[in-house]
Amino acid sequence: MIPDRVIGLPGTALDQVMPMHLWFGASGLINRAGPTLGKIARDDLRRRPLFDVLDIKRPRIAATIPALLSLQGVRLSICLRARPDLPLRGMVVALPAGTGGLVNLSLGLSFAKAVADCGLTLKDFSPCDQTVDLLYLREANAAIAHESRLLTGRLQTARAAAEEQALTDTLTGLANRRAMDSALKSLTDAPMPRFGLMHLDLDFFKEVNDSLGHAAGDHVLTHVADVLRSEIRLGDVVARVGGDEFVLLFRDCDDPDLLQAIGARLISRLEEPTIFDGQPCRISASAGSVLASRYDRPDPDRMLNDADIALYASKNRGRAQHTLFEEDLLALPPNRARPN
Amino acid sequence: MHGLVNRALQGFLTDTYGQEIWDEVRSQAGLPVDGFESMLHYEDQLTADTISAASAVLHKDRCTLLEDLGTYLLSHPNQEALRRLLRFGGDRFFDFIQSLDDLSGRARLAVPDLDMPDLTIRQDNRNRFVLEVRWGLPGAGSVFLGALRAMADDYGTLAFFEAGEGEEGVETVVIELLDQSFSAGRSFSLGEHPA
Repeated sequence: MIPDRVIGLPGTALDQVMPMHLWFGASGLINRAGPTLGKIARDDLRRRPLFDVLDIKRPRIAATIPALLSLQGVRLSICLRARPDLPLRGMVVALPAGTGGLVNLSLGLSFAKAVADCGLTLKDFSPCDQTVDLLYLREANAAIAHESRLLTGRLQTARAAAEEQALTDTLTGLANRRAMDSALKSLTDAPMPRFGLMHLDLDFFKEVNDSLGHAAGDHVLTHVADVLRSEIRLGDVVARVGGDEFVLLFRDCDDPDLLQAIGARLISRLEEPTIFDGQPCRISASAGSVLASRYDRPDPDRMLNDADIALYASKNRGRAQHTLFEEDLLALPPNRARPN
Repeated sequence: MHGLVNRALQGFLTDTYGQEIWDEVRSQAGLPVDGFESMLHYEDQLTADTISAASAVLHKDRCTLLEDLGTYLLSHPNQEALRRLLRFGGDRFFDFIQSLDDLSGRARLAVPDLDMPDLTIRQDNRNRFVLEVRWGLPGAGSVFLGALRAMADDYGTLAFFEAGEGEEGVETVVIELLDQSFSAGRSFSLGEHPA
C-alpha cells in the first residue's frame, strides 16, 4: 500500500517546486515563503501574520485561518498587500494534524507586469511553469503584430497611390476627369491640334433619380456610357467628369457640321428610353462643342470653358440640343442658373 | 518560403551592405521592386535565387554569406526582437543549446506557417553537442553556425563550432563548450521588450 502521507520536503526543494508558496503554521504566522514571492513582495515574509501579507479578494472570507482552510482546493484571487496592483491566483491546502497550511500562488494574467516590475528572471520560475512560454508568446505576437501593422500601412499607402493614379470611372468604366485632362493636354500639345471637344450634360436625370431611386440612376449612367462608347471611334475619348456630365474628345476633327451631326445623333439616341425594373427611364441631354482649329494656340482650360458656354446656351434654349461655340455666345447675358 | 525568412535575408543585405547592393541583388534575382513582404509566402526558388544573386554580387561564397546572415539575425540591433525570443530558451548557453529541440515548435507557436528547419540536438559528452539541421534549402547549417556563434557571445560563453554534413542532406553543427562564464555577455531580462 502506498502511504497517503508522503513527503517531508526540505525547504529548498519546496522553493524549487513552488517558488511562490507560503507555508504558515496553526497560529497564522508564516514559516516560509518561496523566493519568487519574496522578490515580488520585496520583503522577508517570514514570521509575519499571513493576513498581514495576503489579501484574499475572492471568495470573500473572514480573515481567519479556519475560514481560509475551509477553501481547500478552491481557486482564490489574491493580492500581496505590498503589491495591490498585481492580482495573483492561488490555492490553499491544510497540513496534517492542524499544523497550518500551504498556499501556492501564480502570476495569473498579471504575469507580464509582474515580470517587468519585479525584474524576474528565468530562474524565478519552475521549469514546469508555463509563464515563461506565455511571455515568449506575448513578445512573439507583439513582433508579428508589428510586422502586420507595417504591412497594412504599406498596403494603405499603395492603395491611396493607386486611387490617386486611377484613370477609370468605377461605375461606368469610362475615362475619369484625370484621364480626360491628360488626354486633352496631349491633344493641345500636339503641333497642329485638330480635334473637337464636346461637353455633354444629361437632362431630367435628377427626375429619374428622385422618382425611381439611385439604382435606376446608376442604371441610366451605365446605359449612357454604353451609348457614348458605341458612338465614338477608336482613339476618341469619352470621360465621365461629374455626376451626369461627360466630356468627349474627337480626334482629327475639324468639321463643324460633323460635330453638329454627332451631337444631334448622341442626343436622339440618349432620348430612347431605357427600362429599369419594368419602368422606362426617360432622359435627354444638352451639349456644347468647340473645335481646336478655331484657336491660334488652343488651351485646355479655355476650350473647356468655351464648350461649357455652348452647353449653357443649349440649356437656355430649352435643353435637349447641341450648340457649337461661337464668339457671339460670349455676348449673351450670362445665365449660370442651371436647369436640371 | 515564408516572407519572414525572405524579409530577414533582405534585412541582412540592406543593413549590412546598403540599399544599392540590395537593389542589385533584387534586380539580379528578379524580385518585386518593393522587395519581400514579411506576411506573404513566396516560391522557394525566389529565396534560392536571392541567395545566389547575393553571393555573386558580393563575391562571397554561399556558406560564408549564410553564416554572416546567422550572425546578423542575432546580433544586429534591427533584429533585437529575434535575439530576445531566443534568449527565452534558457538562462545559460548550456540550457539554450538543449532548448534547440523545442525551437521549431516555439516558432510555430507564434507563426504557425513558418518554414522552420527540423532541428535535433544530441549531446555527445558533457560539453559537446551535435545539432542536426534539415531544411528545404541547402545552407541552413551555415545560418545556424553563425547564429550559434552570436548566441554564445550573447551569453558570454566561449565555445568552438564546426559545420559538417551528415547523411541524406542533413547539415550538422558541432558545438563544444569551453567556458560558460568567459565574459559577461549581453544583458537579458524577461520583462523588457522592445516597443
